[in-house]
Amino acid sequence: MPKLTKSERYPVRFTLNGRPVEAWAEPRTLLTDVLRHGLGSTGTHVGCEHGVCGACTVEIDGEPARACLVLAGQVDGQAVRTVEGLEPEAGRLSVLQDAFRRHHGLQCGFCTPGILMTLDCLFRARPDADEAEIRDHLSGHLCRCTGYAPIMRAALDARDRFNQARREETHA
Amino acid sequence: MKPAPFDFVRAATLAEALDALAQAGEDGRVLAGGQSFVPMLNMRLARPSVLVDIMGVADLRGIEVAKGALRIGAGVRQVELTRWADLTARLPLLAAAVPYIGHVQTRSRGTVCGSLAHADPSAELPLALIALEGEIHLRTKKAHRTVAARDFFLGMMATALRPGEMIEAVSFPLRRAGQGFGFREVARRHGDYAVVACAAVAGPQGIRLAVGGVGDVPTLRELPDPASGDLNEALNDFAWSLDAREDLHATPRYRRELVRRLGRDAIEEALRCRS
Ligand SMILES: Cc1cc2nc3c(=O)[nH]c(=O)nc-3n(C[C@@H](O)[C@H](O)[C@H](O)COP(=O)(O)OP(=O)(O)OC[C@H]3O[C@@H](n4cnc5c(N)ncnc54)[C@H](O)[C@@H]3O)c2cc1C
Ligand code: FES
Ligand code: FES
Repeated sequence: MPKLTKSERYPVRFTLNGRPVEAWAEPRTLLTDVLRHGLGSTGTHVGCEHGVCGACTVEIDGEPARACLVLAGQVDGQAVRTVEGLEPEAGRLSVLQDAFRRHHGLQCGFCTPGILMTLDCLFRARPDADEAEIRDHLSGHLCRCTGYAPIMRAALDARDRFNQARREETHA
Repeated sequence: MKPAPFDFVRAATLAEALDALAQAGEDGRVLAGGQSFVPMLNMRLARPSVLVDIMGVADLRGIEVAKGALRIGAGVRQVELTRWADLTARLPLLAAAVPYIGHVQTRSRGTVCGSLAHADPSAELPLALIALEGEIHLRTKKAHRTVAARDFFLGMMATALRPGEMIEAVSFPLRRAGQGFGFREVARRHGDYAVVACAAVAGPQGIRLAVGGVGDVPTLRELPDPASGDLNEALNDFAWSLDAREDLHATPRYRRELVRRLGRDAIEEALRCRS
């Protein structure tokens, strides 16, 4: 295994929202910076850069993770999903995003991309997550605007709509 | 902030990781889940010149029962431990403690062994390892040794790890017949490091209580049965013996009070679920 030398740049290849991408990064470059500056995917936000606020949360190989605590080189060959990957088709919001809009689950929107990624991962893995489980997942996020109540309402509503859609599919 | 520059080795085998660590000596550091180390890099509290990423080493990803213990390799993430099917039945103390480590979004990457190497005095896994009297398997390019938990944690974020050495795995002893366990923690918010955490083990050999968040390392003590009437005084002695820290989360007095209350609750729970 070759050693990557400090201050030199290397190509990093991974899939971003299902599409193969390549970006150049130093060994010390964070995934957040590769996404935002290297690839222009500025949907992923950066608040604290030490793992506390959750704004940078993305999905890496199926699990929610802090992009500010991942070196770009660590995701080489892996699958990354960001908030840009949520809309089912250009210009149409996902069920989860739409619930956030209807319930005022965001005000300034700074925390929102991270929260959406956490909830998207949760509902994919556990479509009937209960309220306690949703709260436990949200504890990894700070929101300075909403007071969290509208976020909870949006999350519960999105969960119920997913499940209704699933039930209709299985009965059809 | 951003990390200072460093060389990066993404090891594919254990031999590569050990070679790179041997070459780097004092200046090299292991990168596991990055959930404690990358914040330190970002804040430039740590400035290693070589980082060795061990998460690509397949040999370190094992989680297996061996000699009455669960042996967990250095590449096993905390979330993977929670998915081990027998966790609640065979390691109830870990089943109770792991959900308190950070958040879903940090347990998805943080490793079990990384938490031990980091050795935060308030961390749950070092506390559980001390309570269960487990062992840590260490390895350099040339040698390996196994260290008892009580000899591994030397001080606040200080361990018996030497330059060029890494944790290869940890062994948590499995529940034995007649044992019961209790875990209690108080933190400022759910997912924060503990202000005080207590882990109790009750068994045929008596009652042991480990306390984290108070002194520089988690500490274990034998305590009397509550039925004897001596427990309150023994807990009070234990609380005072720990030289409680003062920090922005809590005063020493509040920490001692938590040791007395959480300690008793943890012990009572351990006795209740003794089997
Ligand atoms: C928001 C947030 C909240 C958190 N809350 C808690 C909490 O409540 N309780 C808690 O215990 N932790 C908490 N943590 C830290 C926890 O998530 C980390 O996973 C853990 O402390 C370190 O594990 P890691 O695999 O991420 O190690 P890394 O961050 O990769 O490494 C940590 C240190 O250990 C060394 N190291 C790692 N693996 C090895 C090895 N195999 N051999 C030798 N050295 C090694 C590294 O060199 C480094 O010095 C929190 C983290 C965040 C970001
Ligand atoms: S920016 Fe990553 S957690 Fe705050
Ligand atoms: S909407 Fe502003 S921080 Fe959450």
